[in-house]
Amino acid sequence: MLERFGIGKTEGWLLLVIALICLFLSLTTDTFATLVNICDILNYSSVNIIFAAGLLVVLVAGGIDISFAVGASVVQYLAVSLLIWMGGGNWALGFALAIVIGFGLGALNAALIYHFRIISIIVTIATFNLFFGLLMFFTSGVSIYDLPDWLSRRVILFEHETSVGWAEITLPVLVMAVVVFATWLLLRRLTVGRQLFAMGDNTEGARRLGINLGAMHYLAYGWLGGCAGLAGLMQAHYAQEVVPNALYGRELEVLAAVVLGGARLGGGRGTLLGAILGLMLISITQNGLNLLGISPYAFRMIVGFIILVAISLSGERMGLLSIGRRHVKAAGASR
Amino acid sequence: MSPQRMETARVDALAAPLPELLRLEHVSKRFGGVQALDDVAFDIRQGEVVCLAGENGCGKSTLIKVISGVHPPEPGATIFFDGRPVHDLSPARARSLGIQVIWQDLALFPEMSVAENIAFERNLGGRPHLVHYDAMRKEAARILERLGVRIDLDKHVRELSIAQRQLVAIARALVADARLVFMDEPTASLSRAETEALLAIVRRLSGEGISVVFVSHRLAEVLDVASRVTVLRDGRLVGTFPAAGMTQAKLTELMTGRTFDHSVRPPAEMTTPPVIGVEALSRAGEYEDISFEVHAGEILGLTGRLGAGRTELALTLFGMTQPDSGRIVMNGRELQLRSNRDAIDAGIAYVSEDRLSLGLVQPQSIASNTTVAVLDRLVDRLGLLSPSRHRVLVDEWIGRLKVKIGHANDPVSTLSGGNQQRIVLAKWLATGPKFLILDCPTVGVDVGARAGIFEIVSELAKAGMAILLISDEIPEVYFNADRILHMRDGRIVESFVPSQTTIERMERAIHA
Ligand SMILES: Nc1ncnc2c1ncn2[C@@H]1O[C@H](COP(=O)(O)OP(=O)(O)OP(=O)(O)O)[C@@H](O)[C@H]1O
Ligand SMILES: [Mg+2]
Repeated sequence: MLERFGIGKTEGWLLLVIALICLFLSLTTDTFATLVNICDILNYSSVNIIFAAGLLVVLVAGGIDISFAVGASVVQYLAVSLLIWMGGGNWALGFALAIVIGFGLGALNAALIYHFRIISIIVTIATFNLFFGLLMFFTSGVSIYDLPDWLSRRVILFEHETSVGWAEITLPVLVMAVVVFATWLLLRRLTVGRQLFAMGDNTEGARRLGINLGAMHYLAYGWLGGCAGLAGLMQAHYAQEVVPNALYGRELEVLAAVVLGGARLGGGRGTLLGAILGLMLISITQNGLNLLGISPYAFRMIVGFIILVAISLSGERMGLLSIGRRHVKAAGASR
Repeated sequence: MSPQRMETARVDALAAPLPELLRLEHVSKRFGGVQALDDVAFDIRQGEVVCLAGENGCGKSTLIKVISGVHPPEPGATIFFDGRPVHDLSPARARSLGIQVIWQDLALFPEMSVAENIAFERNLGGRPHLVHYDAMRKEAARILERLGVRIDLDKHVRELSIAQRQLVAIARALVADARLVFMDEPTASLSRAETEALLAIVRRLSGEGISVVFVSHRLAEVLDVASRVTVLRDGRLVGTFPAAGMTQAKLTELMTGRTFDHSVRPPAEMTTPPVIGVEALSRAGEYEDISFEVHAGEILGLTGRLGAGRTELALTLFGMTQPDSGRIVMNGRELQLRSNRDAIDAGIAYVSEDRLSLGLVQPQSIASNTTVAVLDRLVDRLGLLSPSRHRVLVDEWIGRLKVKIGHANDPVSTLSGGNQQRIVLAKWLATGPKFLILDCPTVGVDVGARAGIFEIVSELAKAGMAILLISDEIPEVYFNADRILHMRDGRIVESFVPSQTTIERMERAIHA
């Protein structure tokens, strides 16, 4: 029944766990269930959700990418420097630059993976180091604080005054919504999206149907690159500064969330809703720990724990563990 | 299929000979050191059914991959379609010509729904466009109805049985406006009834003017459905022969260059103690009250229609599932099998029917697939894997089973289907089991290799192994087992001794 709305087993579990955490936080803190806090979570999560949508595309296509977060830092730095050099620019130019540079970095990954037939995790670990090394080398780790005016001015889409302060929804949320919609369109409604799934599901089968695997690689990694570019721009806008190592380490957080949301490492399976829920679960937990005054160091520990519990409960264990069970299931079903 | 084309086909059928659809000449293909095809010629007429026959690894699938644009042939090949030369053959081009393939390994998308797999064609094509799930469902439903099979369209293919997957693959090939359909061992995992239905479809397609190239190792089928047979041996063309007047024995000789005699195993007095005994074993919904013994040196056949519960029983004997009641006794000691590890430790080996997904680690090398179950015996005194012992073992089994390979370090996925099956067998024989369960061990294996496999099985029995041979091909158990149990609806209903019955009597009893 729920399947009709795209709520599968994994999504169901995540919704339940999120609901329980929200309930717990509403009862134990008096700030969690306020409009101000909810808007905060949304604004803060937008960047990660943009990353997650892009990463999901690569995962369903059967690849993986470790380099997108530092790639986004490169985009931030390059785009903002270019804009300053051009004398300021505007939003349209900013978006265009972010997407183009991001796509370029993704296409570099795709080219290495497809043409040189190196597995994606190795390629992107290499480009991760390459991007980050180059960035730190050329910037010497120096941040950019005086962004162009239009970029540092907060764009508020919705505001509402409450007893505990102003609740605001800002531009990153809109960009996130657009990216999520576009990614949904790509993965569910467009034929090329189904070809991406096909490639991740059975590469040889896809090849025999004449699917252009090269184009699919550029599409998947380019899409993630473009999303990462947008996320980078939004993060600069949100933080009102460009710090070269601000996004370093974000890749694992996002990857964990997307896998938690049911995307299969190895390809062919994954939903956008799952990825978003996985990410929200982690964001809400982080927010809750903050409100409860628990040390931020506990955050990673707890995130790791949540992922282990959620994955073992969801019944979709990956890897060796499930082979025996699948064996029985497959043979049992064959009668 | 447009009514117009049907009309033409019928007219053509009256005014024989039918026009030629496809002709290949001088097709060669090398993979590294393996000459998979060597100057092969092939042709097929409109609405004709031609069989491709030959031993495992002779190049049948490779020929199909060349014609469907997956592998480019070596320079010098000529391909004519509809009388016009075709260059630059790609999968997309082949499809636009109306060439469809049911692949030996099916090439389905396990994570997608049945409907999307069948109608995936709609997701292809030049320009990206919107996906029409409803249209896909309708199309898939229509084609399944035409095939006369019922499969839940919303299920994921990964949830289907092998036979159902095979049907999905067949449906996918028929969904487009095909003019030439290749079927690479489509019946390998189908039951008798499903096979009959498929052969009826092949005849109907042929009546509609669609040409079919059919590959099967079940020679009776081949001769039944085809008008001509093209025989390959070691990548070379032996010749193309009319099916009328061809006998199985003659075809076997053409394929292998050898002759085989068929005789049942001599009746044997079982004086040895039973190796394994099963007493009143039951598992709800799968099998009930199963009792039998297998003696050292005995080959016990287990047959029955698909769905009789044979594989379920085998999985319990291999520790993969637990029985609700009953006992398994091995050499006088009751076994508690909690997992297949326990079963392997007790000396039980299981060669499964689904080699593609369960038996082999496809991307790994032939050598490591052969030894994966016995790695702990290949270590030296320091506990490190000994490459020399590894080599010796791999060479021994590849030699004993006559597996045709390029190099032992090639991935197992480069082997032909039948040779993969031999590697599965080698893997389990290397564990030196006392009780060997063979679950349809010759699915997709050619006549020569079948004889080879059963020669080995018979030798293993002579050396004292107890063997349970599961098969739905009655001749297979009839000619190779000492005793045969007939299972139906989860129960053992009858037992036969081959030397005291005829194959016809058994067929009647089982398919009645
Ligand atoms: N991609 C590949 N790389 C290397 N060798 C290959 C490849 N594909 C096929 N071969 C080799 O080419 C030969 C012919 O294989 P092919 O799959 O065409 O045999 P087949 O006639 O279909 O056999 P079967 O009846 O067992 O399916 C085999 O020796 C096989 O190992
Ligand atoms: Mg083959």
